[in-house]
Amino acid sequence: MEILSLLGDGMLIAIQPLNILLILVGVTVGLFIGAMPGLGSVNGVAILLPITFLVPPGSAIIFLAAIYYGAMYGGAISSITLGIPGASTAVATTFDGRPLALKGKARLALVAAAVASFIGGSVANIFFTLFAPLLATVALNFGPPEIFALMLLAFATFVGLGGDDIPKTVLSICFGLVVAAIGFDQISGAPRLVLFGMNGFLGGINFLVLAIGVYGIGEMLWTLDTTRGEVTSSKADISAKGIITDTGETFRLGWKGMSIGSVLGFFVGILPAAGATPGSLMSYGVTKMLSKNPKEFGQGHVSGVTAPEAANNSASTGAMLPMLTLGIPGSPTTAILLGGMVIWGLTPGPRLFIEQSDFVWGLIGSFYVSNFFALVVNLAFIPLFIWMLRMPFTVLAPLIFVLSIVGGYAAMADMFDVWLIVLFGIGAFFLRKFDYPVAPAVLAIVLGPIAEPTLRQSLLLSSGDPTIFFTRPIAGPITFVAIILILLPALKYLRPAKARPAE
Amino acid sequence: MKVTKRTFLGLAGASAIALSAAPAVAQGWEPTRPIDFVIMAGPGGGADQIARFIQSVVEKNDMAPRPLVPNNKGGGSGAEALIWLNNASDPDHTILVTLNSFFSTPIRQPDLGIDIMTFTPIAMMGVDPFALWVHKDSGIESFEQWVETVKGANGDYVTGGTGTGQEDSIVFAYTNNAFDMNSKYIPFDGGGAVAAALAGQQIQATVNNPAEARGFFQSGDVRPLLVFSDEEMPAYPGIPTMKSKGHDFSYYNQRAVVGAPGMSDEAAAYYQDLFKKVYESPEWQGYLESESLSPLWMNPEEQKAYWELQMDVHKQLLAEIGN
Repeated sequence: MEILSLLGDGMLIAIQPLNILLILVGVTVGLFIGAMPGLGSVNGVAILLPITFLVPPGSAIIFLAAIYYGAMYGGAISSITLGIPGASTAVATTFDGRPLALKGKARLALVAAAVASFIGGSVANIFFTLFAPLLATVALNFGPPEIFALMLLAFATFVGLGGDDIPKTVLSICFGLVVAAIGFDQISGAPRLVLFGMNGFLGGINFLVLAIGVYGIGEMLWTLDTTRGEVTSSKADISAKGIITDTGETFRLGWKGMSIGSVLGFFVGILPAAGATPGSLMSYGVTKMLSKNPKEFGQGHVSGVTAPEAANNSASTGAMLPMLTLGIPGSPTTAILLGGMVIWGLTPGPRLFIEQSDFVWGLIGSFYVSNFFALVVNLAFIPLFIWMLRMPFTVLAPLIFVLSIVGGYAAMADMFDVWLIVLFGIGAFFLRKFDYPVAPAVLAIVLGPIAEPTLRQSLLLSSGDPTIFFTRPIAGPITFVAIILILLPALKYLRPAKARPAE
Repeated sequence: MKVTKRTFLGLAGASAIALSAAPAVAQGWEPTRPIDFVIMAGPGGGADQIARFIQSVVEKNDMAPRPLVPNNKGGGSGAEALIWLNNASDPDHTILVTLNSFFSTPIRQPDLGIDIMTFTPIAMMGVDPFALWVHKDSGIESFEQWVETVKGANGDYVTGGTGTGQEDSIVFAYTNNAFDMNSKYIPFDGGGAVAAALAGQQIQATVNNPAEARGFFQSGDVRPLLVFSDEEMPAYPGIPTMKSKGHDFSYYNQRAVVGAPGMSDEAAAYYQDLFKKVYESPEWQGYLESESLSPLWMNPEEQKAYWELQMDVHKQLLAEIGN
């Protein structure tokens, strides 16, 4: 088969000594950049881009892709051990990763994250290898109505979750959408919701700032309040045998999340303007919805870790696809990689696969190699991360606080963000006190900025006729499913009220 | 509409002289921390590609002791970036890569309180022409045929570009007015997204810059019908100009670097010298050619004169198209 021989050649390029070295350094550096709150793959790739002038373009992009990969693995680490999302792509990992760690199962959570990342990356690599040019065409068929329909589906999975209080979920989503609307409007260019006339609001709320506030500070306050500092996070022993046992557990308990995340993450990743963060949140939502015990999610379900982690690695490979074949970045990090390619004198676009076959297949080969090494490096460092967790929470809490503040400042180097973090942290704490789910608001803030412009673009296309979402061949079925999902729990909610006479 | 053609060339002539007489650079000032390299557009579009290319030239040739750190602030048709510069806490380390929304956004949104004449001129790196693109499957081969198609669609023809009031929408609005046409305009987030929307036939026509449309042009997915430059472009032989269609209109996107208001003279001199080196580098000259940009070097005084002229031009254009 032609593809296999091309892939074989690509692998040979990837395992040249220089490239192997770059991959090892790249995934290790990426792992730590990803684990550091505030620094994500975007920062890592941007900071290290200049270094790549020292090596040939093929090796340069392999190095940057390895950092990208490593960071996707690393993001989970601080999400699980400290409850601070290491990167915006790992926010969904805190939903269940943190509760697992608090139950003393930090090792299981870390292993699950690493293994799921590996599986997600591998599945995406196989899709990428076999179908790259075909999928690029599919991505082009996703216009504004299709993308909006997909966003609607994502919201539907969060509303449609059994167990949660639905009015509160809807309220939480609405709150998130309002926050997402802060800043300049993309369509008209007008400023919106610039609260108190403060310029800091003009650029909108940086998602990472919100996530660090809600999960870093908010979680910390919550844990202190509920346990009075009496919690010791991990009693897990560290041994190779333990890690192997946990790998087994990961497959037994988390296979569902892993499968959904691997596939869904990839498809969300290849869509322009989406990327790994929406991919991981949507996979979490879908996995929870399809689970037999949705109530266990948020309490420490292994699938709640494997779904977002498989998805963010899968999506990061997926996001490479529109970048290489169409010249459109599928995520912020690939936007920087795209800039790198222009600098190296390569034109991304439909002809890249033909004209720069060595470059493309070398890169694809390196995905496989990077993925493998990232798994090994990650597993090797797990004992170190668990050791960190052995500190009593009275020591960990100040550490979390400092890391949150520093991480929030590092993202944009703006003090305004630091004040927002504190505000969001306190706000999230009280929301939890009053039993409002926070995750739907977080989802809305990620997806709102994608959903709103696509909704308005679609309505401009159709001159205001909403049937555009039902009549297009791809958008139609998606919208239909989304609406059913939204209505199902609403019906469930209404019926018992009618059936049961007032007591 | 008598636009800037003659003035363009006049300024370009003057610039040749300015370029040869190397300005005396105040020695001594150098950046002491990373330089905030603000980009007036989202990632992936023309302005972003240029900013990252400039950054790479500086890094590769080790031209500055501190790195340029690209910072995308594309919100509100560039308003976000303008406010960021206006309020810069350290104006000596804050510079901006601009496009024409540098002129149009302050006119359209006077509430922002931006006076671009307070900004510090640094370098005009070149100007980027526009072309009209359609998909190859549209069956449209000529500009005349396009005009007929748009008219025949009775307002249902779908065009797309960057944010409302930005360059792309100005070019479309002018063309619609000039040929008495009516079409829909869908705003997207950056030139890359616009190019993809046309390739996927989500929209029917764009006015992308050559660099933005290049990938799909090379693969044959999209086809230029008209260029908005003064003369035919070497990259697209045989494609007529707007001027040849009887309308004295040409429109270019400025690719310039400006400094924050309140930048010290020493710092301004440093950046002017730095970007002159970038401009003269073989990499940048090669980029101008490969991306079909027109070179248009100007010294700081000429840049300020150019800003004033462009403010007038854009006021008139925006008034004409009723925006």
